[in-house]
Amino acid sequence: MRIVVDLNRCQGYAQCVFFAPDLFELHGEEALLYDPAVPEERLEAVRQAAAACPVQAILVGEEVSSRVR
Amino acid sequence: MSDDLREGRIVIVGASLAGLRAAETLREEGFTGSLTVVGDEPHPPYDRPPLTKQVLLGKAAATAVGLPMRRDPEAEWRLGVRASGLDTVEKQVLLADGESLPYDRLLIATGTRARPWPDAEQGALDGVFTVRTVDDAGRLAERLDAGPSRVLVIGGGFTGSEIASACRERGIEVTLTERGAAPLVGALGGVLSIFADRLQRHHGVDLRCGVTVTALRGDGHGRFTGAELSDGSQVEADIAVVALGAVRNTEWLADSGLAAGPRGVACDAGCRAFDMYGIVTDDVFVAGDVSRFPHPLYEYQMMSLEHWGNAVEQAKVAAHNMANPGPRRRPHLSVPTFWSSQFGLNIKSVGVPTFSDHLVIAQGSLEQGRLVAVYGYRGRITAAVTINMAKWLEYYRHLIETAAPFPPAPEAADRSAAASFPIHSDVPDPAVLSHGPTVTLTGHLPDRRLTRVWPTG
Repeated sequence: MRIVVDLNRCQGYAQCVFFAPDLFELHGEEALLYDPAVPEERLEAVRQAAAACPVQAILVGEEVSSRVR
Repeated sequence: MSDDLREGRIVIVGASLAGLRAAETLREEGFTGSLTVVGDEPHPPYDRPPLTKQVLLGKAAATAVGLPMRRDPEAEWRLGVRASGLDTVEKQVLLADGESLPYDRLLIATGTRARPWPDAEQGALDGVFTVRTVDDAGRLAERLDAGPSRVLVIGGGFTGSEIASACRERGIEVTLTERGAAPLVGALGGVLSIFADRLQRHHGVDLRCGVTVTALRGDGHGRFTGAELSDGSQVEADIAVVALGAVRNTEWLADSGLAAGPRGVACDAGCRAFDMYGIVTDDVFVAGDVSRFPHPLYEYQMMSLEHWGNAVEQAKVAAHNMANPGPRRRPHLSVPTFWSSQFGLNIKSVGVPTFSDHLVIAQGSLEQGRLVAVYGYRGRITAAVTINMAKWLEYYRHLIETAAPFPPAPEAADRSAAASFPIHSDVPDPAVLSHGPTVTLTGHLPDRRLTRVWPTG
C-alpha cells in the first residue's frame, strides 16, 4: 500500500505524526515529510492517521502497479 | 446524449498524476467504455514532489513513490511507449512503436520534462543530472550516498533550492548559481527572494547570484569535474544538477492542428483544447502541466501551472466534462496553490504572486522567519505566500477569490507593524530569468511585458 499527502491541504496539525511517527515526521515547525511506502504491519496505524487528519489530506490506497498487466 | 458520453473509447496520453486522477474520475462519473492510458515512462503513475525531498534525503526509496489509487480505474495501461503523433480527423493517437489507438474522446496530459543542459556533450558527462523522473532521483540519491565533495546546482528556483537544501542537510558542500538577483525571485518576487538568499547562506550554501554557468568541464574520460561561470570564476564539483525549469511535452502534437507549442496546449475553462485557429474542439481535452487555460481571477489571461494541485483539480474537471454533456459541464476555476519545503521551512502559496505590483508583510516578519506576504495588483489581493504560517492560507484564499481590496483590512490576528505599508513587489521581467517561474501568465496586458518575442537568426 502507498500513501500520498495533499500538502496543499496539510496545515501541520501533526496528528499523523502521533499515530505513525515511523512514517510521518515534521521537518522544522510545519513541513511534513512522510514515507510513501506503507509496510503491511503499519497499515492500521496509517489508516488511523488518515482518519485523524483534521484536514483529511492523507490518501491511502493500492498502487497502480497492482493493476498493470 | 449523456448515455453516449458514458460509453465509447477514451484515450489518456500521460500516465502521471493528472492522467491517473482523470482516469479514476471518469469511472466515478459513470463512464463504462474502454479506457487506455499511455505513458512514455515504464513506471506506473508516481508522485514527483518527494523526489527532491524524501528521496534525496535518503528517507524514502525512489522505488517507493508510486501513487495510490482513489479507486481502480479499470484501464488498459500502455506504459513505456511514447505517443508520437495525433490525427484529429481520423481520431487516432499514433504511438512510437507504430501502433495507433482510435478514440472517441482524448485527454492530453503529457506534462513537462526537465530542461536539459543546452550543450548535449557537456550534459552527457557522468555526474551531470536533471531531476524530473524517479530514475533521475534514484541515480542522484545513489551518488549523494557516496559522499561527493561538492554538488553544483544550476538554477535557484524551487527545484534547485530544494535539491541544495537536501544536500546541505546531508552535510554535502553545495554551490548554487542563479542568473537572477536571488533564489526564488522568479516565483516570489524580489522581497521574499532576499529572505531566500539569506536562508541559503545561513545554511552554508555557496550562493552565486547574477551569474550563469558557461561550460561544464570533464576530465577527458567523460567524468564531470567542474564548471566555468560567467564572472570568470570556476567551481570544482563531482556532481552538477541542472535545474533550469521544464519543457512542455507538446512536440508530438506539432502536426495535429491543435493550438500546441512551447507554452503548452491552449484550452478553454472546460479543459477543451483549441485548434490552431482558436476554435474549440469537443473531443480533445487537456489537463495538468501541459495545459494553458484562461483564469477569470487573472483577467482571463492564459495560465500555465506546474503545480501538483492544479494537475489534480484540472484532471477532475476534464474527466467530468468528458463524461457529461454541455449544460452539465464545469469550469476549472480553482485558485493556484503550491508548497515547497526547504531548509526546514514550509513555504506555501495561493494565487499568483507574479501577478502583482505591491505586497505587504501582513503577519510575522522576515526576521522571525515566519510570515504571510500578501500580494496586490491595482488595489486587489491576488496572492499570498506563507512561510511557516500555513494555517492562514485559507483565509487569504477567500480574500483572493472575492477580489478583496489590497492592502488587506486589519482583521487578522498577529498583525505585523508593516501590514499597512505596501512595498513594490519587485517581480522580475521574465526575460532576465534563466528558467521560467512555475506559474506563467502567457496572455497580453499592454502595460506589462509578460512575454517577449525575438526573431530567430
